[in-house]
Amino acid sequence: MAGKTLYDKLWESHLVSESGDGSALLYIDRHLLHEVTSPQAFEGLRIAGRKPWRIDANLATPDHNVPTEAAERAGGVASIADEISRIQVATLDDNCADFGIVEHKINDAGQGIVHVIGPEQGATLPGMTVVCGDSHTATHGALGALAHGIGTSEVEHVLATQCLVAQKMKNMLIRVDGELGLGVTPKDVVLAIIGKIGTAGGNGHAIEFGGQVFADMSMEGRMTVCNMAIEAGARVGMVAVDEKTIDYVKGRQYSPSEALWDQAVAHWQTLHSDADAVFDSVVTFEGGAIEPQVSWGTSPEMVLPVGGRVPNPAQARDAAQREGIERALHYMGLKPDMAITDIAVDRVFIGSCTNSRIEDLRAAAVVAQGRTVAGSVKQVLVVPGSQAVKVQAESEGLDKIFIAAGMEWREPGCSMCLAMNADKLGSGEHCASTSNRNFEGRQGNGGRTHLVSPAMAAAAAVAGHFVDVRELMAEKVAS
Amino acid sequence: MKAFTTHSGLVAPMDRANVDTDMIIPKQFLKSIKRSGFGPNLFDAVRYLDEGQPGRDNSQRPLNPDFPLNWPRYKGASILLARGNFGCGSSREHAPWALEDYGFRVVIAPSYADIFYNNCFKTGLLPIVLDDKIVDKLFADLESHEGYSLDIDLEAQVVIDSQGERFSFEVDEFRKTCLLEGLDEIGLTLKQGDAIKKFEQSWRQQSPWLFDVIC
Repeated sequence: MAGKTLYDKLWESHLVSESGDGSALLYIDRHLLHEVTSPQAFEGLRIAGRKPWRIDANLATPDHNVPTEAAERAGGVASIADEISRIQVATLDDNCADFGIVEHKINDAGQGIVHVIGPEQGATLPGMTVVCGDSHTATHGALGALAHGIGTSEVEHVLATQCLVAQKMKNMLIRVDGELGLGVTPKDVVLAIIGKIGTAGGNGHAIEFGGQVFADMSMEGRMTVCNMAIEAGARVGMVAVDEKTIDYVKGRQYSPSEALWDQAVAHWQTLHSDADAVFDSVVTFEGGAIEPQVSWGTSPEMVLPVGGRVPNPAQARDAAQREGIERALHYMGLKPDMAITDIAVDRVFIGSCTNSRIEDLRAAAVVAQGRTVAGSVKQVLVVPGSQAVKVQAESEGLDKIFIAAGMEWREPGCSMCLAMNADKLGSGEHCASTSNRNFEGRQGNGGRTHLVSPAMAAAAAVAGHFVDVRELMAEKVAS
Repeated sequence: MKAFTTHSGLVAPMDRANVDTDMIIPKQFLKSIKRSGFGPNLFDAVRYLDEGQPGRDNSQRPLNPDFPLNWPRYKGASILLARGNFGCGSSREHAPWALEDYGFRVVIAPSYADIFYNNCFKTGLLPIVLDDKIVDKLFADLESHEGYSLDIDLEAQVVIDSQGERFSFEVDEFRKTCLLEGLDEIGLTLKQGDAIKKFEQSWRQQSPWLFDVIC
């Protein structure tokens, strides 16, 4: 009999029951909640007279709607200018108070983007099943957890039953061998993967990221990669547990300690695919061949190395692809065959659950240090992923580097990744963004998003257009 | 949940691949704490010529004349014919809520994003997968026949066109039963309450570090 994949092990260890029709009841260890996808679920519980099954499995925080400007943020929920946003954040506070769920409120030390605070606090751990009403829940798979996004009906289902009705996914292995070149980051790796397999490439699959590149990658880098599994169509992205995972988890607020620590570690060390495990599909990449990436279109799969040129619809393989390219070029206001480095940027956004952790901010700061934002760039937002990241960055003086370069240092939240708060693009504006989606209108009606790494975003900010960050790095070395 | 057994209705096209949930219902409308009322803002950014905001009177807004749902021939459509990877992106259940609130009961496409597909069933919306070639044919028939409608029979798992041509589709048993009977899935799971408790007890013994930590 073939061995088991990491996904098989996580799935089997959480099975409550299986029915003959292919569906199963899966036990959920951790449920993260935010203000956008939970109000209707709490309302459903109230209408049915139900209570949460296990209060201590839940952790909530507001992130999508919260203002990031210090002045508007200072007064807490009451000072949120947009009334509908204010009501939604207040509703989360009320629901958590009513049902007894622990919440890191808007200005609490534990507040932040759910997918940043989960790992940071040890609220998400290896071997857990983790769900949240948010598609970027795959992030937590970086810890060797089975984590995925769910809809609001399922949020209610998990609250009420601690379980999900689930169908087992297929197993996909994405292996990246070798070593990444200088200036090539986890974001570039995942964008290159999506560029190759497409936004539907992982549909129906749980992806495990394996190979030397992921073994060498930091935990935060693994989170960036797993975060965007959904942009490749897969609800689940995972990396096997190794020493880095265990070192990362140690000493965090909700992590086990003392005798329980040893017991937990013994279990976690089994959380990897067996050598003889069989995957339904395997895709391999050579790490050394991956270059810094920039998305040019309106889907994350529309992405190219920074040295590339925007596609020409005339070279499309079929009518559907040609139409897709034409539509994207029209929306993005780009000409066929133009160099990526000729695309000027109006705004820059450094943040989101993909790239707002301390390592991301450090990478952006290295580029920003001693340079200034180009005069043609209207705004550069740097938005830390959590209060803890903000405190850490300030203790390292990163905020001062950004401010000196002409960038804005903001309060933690989702911000311009999806523009539910005041941070958004104007129509027609190009944005170098470290977020995860470049869909039409995602960052503001008519806004044009280009997905990049934090270092590439900072480089675009100082150059005023896309530029290969490796050139700036070489400049620094030379000077 | 609303039960779904059979449905006959007018078909409308959404002829582009990779339609994402941001397009189905833009983020500014997710600030609502209600489950209904999203229909007027379905496909908002491509349906209207101006930028939509929650609380605005949508009946006064300029419609995009190039968007098929605004054409008289598709008024009252309840079946949406779409392309591959429909519903990709965000997990927002507001997307199927908006489709359902608009009046759609069925979506037909060659493929869907996983989370969207799953969310549809919770809303009483039936997402049907048909082969690419069949979907191509349906698009061609739809374009050439004003008033083009289809019959859907979930029990028999078949789509029937006006010529009597039948296209069968797959749907897993559990989802099918829930939809046919309009079952409350939470109530159904709670019937297994004893099994959940038993699992939880043994899991707590094996992994005590997962319990009573956040409280």
